[in-house]
Amino acid sequence: MTFEAIFAGFGGQGVMLMGQLVAYAGMYEGKNVTWYPAYGPEMRGGTANCSVVVSEEMVGSPVISEPEVLVAMNRQSLEKFEGMVKSGGILFYNSSLIDSKPKRNDIKVVAIPANDIAIELGNARVANVVVVGAVLKATNVVKPDTVISVLQKTLSGKKKDLLAINQAALEKGMSLV
Amino acid sequence: MVERVMMKGNEAIAEGAIRAGCRFFFGYPITPQNEIPEYMSRRMPEVGGTFIQAESEVSAINMVYGAGGAGARVMTSSSSPGISLKMEGISYIAGAEVPCVIVNVSRGGPGLGGLSPSQADYFQATKGGGHGDYRLIVFAPSTVQECLDMMFDAFVATDKYRNPAMVLADGLLGQMMEPVTLHEITDLKIPPKPWATTGATGGRPLNLINSLGLVGEELERINQRIQAKYREIEANEVRFEEENTADADLVLVAYGTSARIARAAANKARIQGKKVGIFRPVTLWPFPYQQLTDLAKAGKRFLVVEMSVGQMVEDVRLAAGGLVSVDFYGRFNGAIPSVTEVYNEVMKLTSKQGVA
Repeated sequence: MTFEAIFAGFGGQGVMLMGQLVAYAGMYEGKNVTWYPAYGPEMRGGTANCSVVVSEEMVGSPVISEPEVLVAMNRQSLEKFEGMVKSGGILFYNSSLIDSKPKRNDIKVVAIPANDIAIELGNARVANVVVVGAVLKATNVVKPDTVISVLQKTLSGKKKDLLAINQAALEKGMSLV
Repeated sequence: MVERVMMKGNEAIAEGAIRAGCRFFFGYPITPQNEIPEYMSRRMPEVGGTFIQAESEVSAINMVYGAGGAGARVMTSSSSPGISLKMEGISYIAGAEVPCVIVNVSRGGPGLGGLSPSQADYFQATKGGGHGDYRLIVFAPSTVQECLDMMFDAFVATDKYRNPAMVLADGLLGQMMEPVTLHEITDLKIPPKPWATTGATGGRPLNLINSLGLVGEELERINQRIQAKYREIEANEVRFEEENTADADLVLVAYGTSARIARAAANKARIQGKKVGIFRPVTLWPFPYQQLTDLAKAGKRFLVVEMSVGQMVEDVRLAAGGLVSVDFYGRFNGAIPSVTEVYNEVMKLTSKQGVA
């Protein structure tokens, strides 16, 4: 079973981190994983995306032409990548920032008001982790516990205070699917 | 202790070099390899090494020449246009027989090109690039793990033969993350370098390192010695990997990033009952001519896959010697072939020619 996902948004939304959470968790579960970033030459404000493959097999290309899963955190990403999603795949979109509806009817579409949920939780910056929670629940690509242990490793030292809200964001996201 | 971590190819190259005993890094920034100098700038001070961001590529390669001449394990890294700038220095280093490792995380060209991955520097890496009759020992990693491991191999080879070695990756390998196993290297044996210019204060004869031969036939003699060394490298250092070639009718030949894409396509075609194998040159020079000739003699056809308009394909054709057909599939100017594209090409070739 091979999981292929594109996480896309604009710089600052944490889309690279979303992909890394899944990729690291895949590694800790002993799977083959690749993470491949793509961004414009801009430092901030430009579009950014990363491709993540999690597989029992050796990963051929880390570049994905037909993702089973697309996460679109902003409108430009939805417009750019919606057409690429594999028929029968899943599209998660950030309905807090995207007012148009996806057009495809051969894929499963999941609207997540990620920014609104994150603000309710108390930190707008965890919008990305909310969506990761939804992806985990819908795809079972890796175990949520593994992602939590990745968060524990990452959010240590000075960032330790952020662990609780990230964990809450992940769980909230899971409850939405 | 064995540790498994996620790393970018660029970081793995840098960490691999440090674990291989490299203590001097000289470079100048260029995308898509900037994580190498970034990592080195942090790690080198930790291990008592030296990191210098030079004022130019030309300066960096000449610092490499100097440190290598003094016997240090030294490296530089850059990407395609930057490697072109280093070519004068590389030719001098090869002529002076100074060990060092040069990393090219290549991008599209010609000229300033783009930032996207490419394999269009094969000719430059394997056929010259700089002037004169010289060769680089060229390693082509295909995974992030190999980015790490081949730095060690490159340092061993460069010291053994006193010839510059190159690790030729591309922007995709440099930027992607994959799990890497970090082996502790406990038996790091850096060979003695009695030829090095370390300051002849102990009464030993003076050592002189240069690439100049003005008198009579001196230069020819120097070249004969270097060429004899190249024959030895060709005899000892060819590395390659093959999978499912024994019963194959069609063998995909690819290196680096293209090899992993080709392997996935070959496996997909196998599921459809096609007898498809994969052959991956691991060293690009010395090139596995003999092994490919043997496959050609066994009647296997070749499909070469590259991220260029076709460079290594010329070496595969040389090896095939007209015995079998050699087809080519390439994407270039920063484009990356997809598994599906290569698979479609395989299916086209295997059904058109009636190969089961």
